[in-house]
Amino acid sequence: MSLKNKLDLWLPRLVLSPSLLAVLIAVYLFIVWTAWISLSSSQMVPKFDFVGLEQYVRLWSTPRWHTAVANLFIFTTLFLAITISLGLFLAILLDQKVRAEGFLRAVYLYPMALSFIVTGTAWKWILNPTLGLQKVVNELGWTGFVFDWITQPSFAIYCVVIAAVWQSTGFAMAIFLAGLRAIDTSIIKAAQIEGASLPRIYVSVIVPMLRPAFLSVIVLLSYISIKSFDLVLALTNAGPGSATEMPSTFMFAATFRRNQMGVGAASAIMMLMTVAAIIVPYLYSELREDRNAH
Amino acid sequence: MHTEARSARRSNQIGRLFIYGSLIALAAFYLMPLWVMIVTSLKSLDEIYGGSFIGVPQAITFEAWNKAWQEACIGTACTGLRPYFINSILMVVPAVILSTGIGAINGYILTKWRFTGANAIFGLLLFGCFLPFQAVILPMAQVLGRLHLSGTIPGLVLVHTVYGISFTTLFFRNYFITIPDELTRAAQIDGAGFFRIFFSVMLPTALPIIVVSCIWQFTQIWNDFLFGVSFTAGQSSPITVALNNIVNVTMGRKQYNVDMAAAMIAAIPTLFVYVVAGRYFVRGLTAGAVKG
Repeated sequence: MSLKNKLDLWLPRLVLSPSLLAVLIAVYLFIVWTAWISLSSSQMVPKFDFVGLEQYVRLWSTPRWHTAVANLFIFTTLFLAITISLGLFLAILLDQKVRAEGFLRAVYLYPMALSFIVTGTAWKWILNPTLGLQKVVNELGWTGFVFDWITQPSFAIYCVVIAAVWQSTGFAMAIFLAGLRAIDTSIIKAAQIEGASLPRIYVSVIVPMLRPAFLSVIVLLSYISIKSFDLVLALTNAGPGSATEMPSTFMFAATFRRNQMGVGAASAIMMLMTVAAIIVPYLYSELREDRNAH
Repeated sequence: MHTEARSARRSNQIGRLFIYGSLIALAAFYLMPLWVMIVTSLKSLDEIYGGSFIGVPQAITFEAWNKAWQEACIGTACTGLRPYFINSILMVVPAVILSTGIGAINGYILTKWRFTGANAIFGLLLFGCFLPFQAVILPMAQVLGRLHLSGTIPGLVLVHTVYGISFTTLFFRNYFITIPDELTRAAQIDGAGFFRIFFSVMLPTALPIIVVSCIWQFTQIWNDFLFGVSFTAGQSSPITVALNNIVNVTMGRKQYNVDMAAAMIAAIPTLFVYVVAGRYFVRGLTAGAVKG
């Protein structure tokens, strides 16, 4: 083998190695680092001692963390259910050969281009009970209409849901629409000849065929909801009180505001494990299918 | 038979009415916040407190935009958003170029120079797309401190480049896998080496995915808040952090028009990219979900 060929054999690995090294450090080594901190007695500065699961015990005996976990559960359930139904509904409607489809699609999708901070700022203003939407409806004649959820501790989390749904529906729609467009239209025609109505065809034939799209949407939206941080901060700042605390805002406050680095790290590891439980099987199945296809 | 056809046509008309009615109503819902942001930003504060919310401004004024851009206070510095807008540009441009370039060459290696373990490496990189960053901000803050990069724009460029590699590699890998191997093999027989094939065979075919990658990275990095708020303070913050500070000021009469103008200023760059290149934006969005 000539020198040039040998070089060509090793060059690719050599060029790839800095990226690999960067990811190994910045993702995997850092995760280990955080996990270690979560097992240490660190508070203001990192300490590398070992106290077992003490920080996790502290974490799970913090009422704020319980609020955060409960909120994540409520938020994820509603956010997924509404975003998926609305996104699928829009995708099916857009798939009926409508006019101005491109324009409508762009309208439903543009919120995805915005920062969650912008979305939070806008919705905070819209949901303002004295000057916002409530006032508009009151002036239209419905004077008893009250929409002050953002100031109510037990309802504020639904405001976060509304804003998050507004931002993410376009994403679900885009994936469902791509799925619908990949379905052979002759199936629909055949079912129509058999005498089935269009809504029926969708419910019993088309939607079941969208399984891969459903899987993708569910996984990616769950990921968005677990890590959602900016939206909560901009919209409610985790309040009123700590009513809209989420694991992400809890982690940030514990680590950077309350000098509880160990507890913060423990909460980060809890978040990571939740994401990994959803993402790793998904990636594994995607990669395996990929390999079979080639 | 005749009446049957007529009733079928009528039910079809009702169906169309339902479709267009729903589409238009939902379009109004999605456009409403943007409309509210724009009209609020163009009103005077008196008009807003006088009770005008969704209506067109009585007298259009750009005062709020002017304030948001160069007078509003972020912490104790009343400089407006301008310096932070510049910070974001200084952060986003190098980070987009670096992460896209690195992703391109990685994708090329992982598809055209396959070696044992390449798939495992790809899997390792891929998990980085779905990393909850909370799990790494603590050590990252420490490392940036050691490198004397904490609170600086180059520090943010480094962070965004490293965590962008996963996504850009995914884009290019899924794109290059569709390019026939014969192309690179023929170039190899002609005596072209590793870099020559990359620059003169692969890159010229990759224009669409380069656009997708740049747009995706631009949107992600411009809109980032977590890294910005964790690793910078005061004057070195990106625009999202500055916007959040403006909005959360609690002193005095709340200037909703300035808040909305500031939100618009932070939103304009990504909205502009979306309007100009929406098609590529959608491709980036679905790339994580639909494999190439």
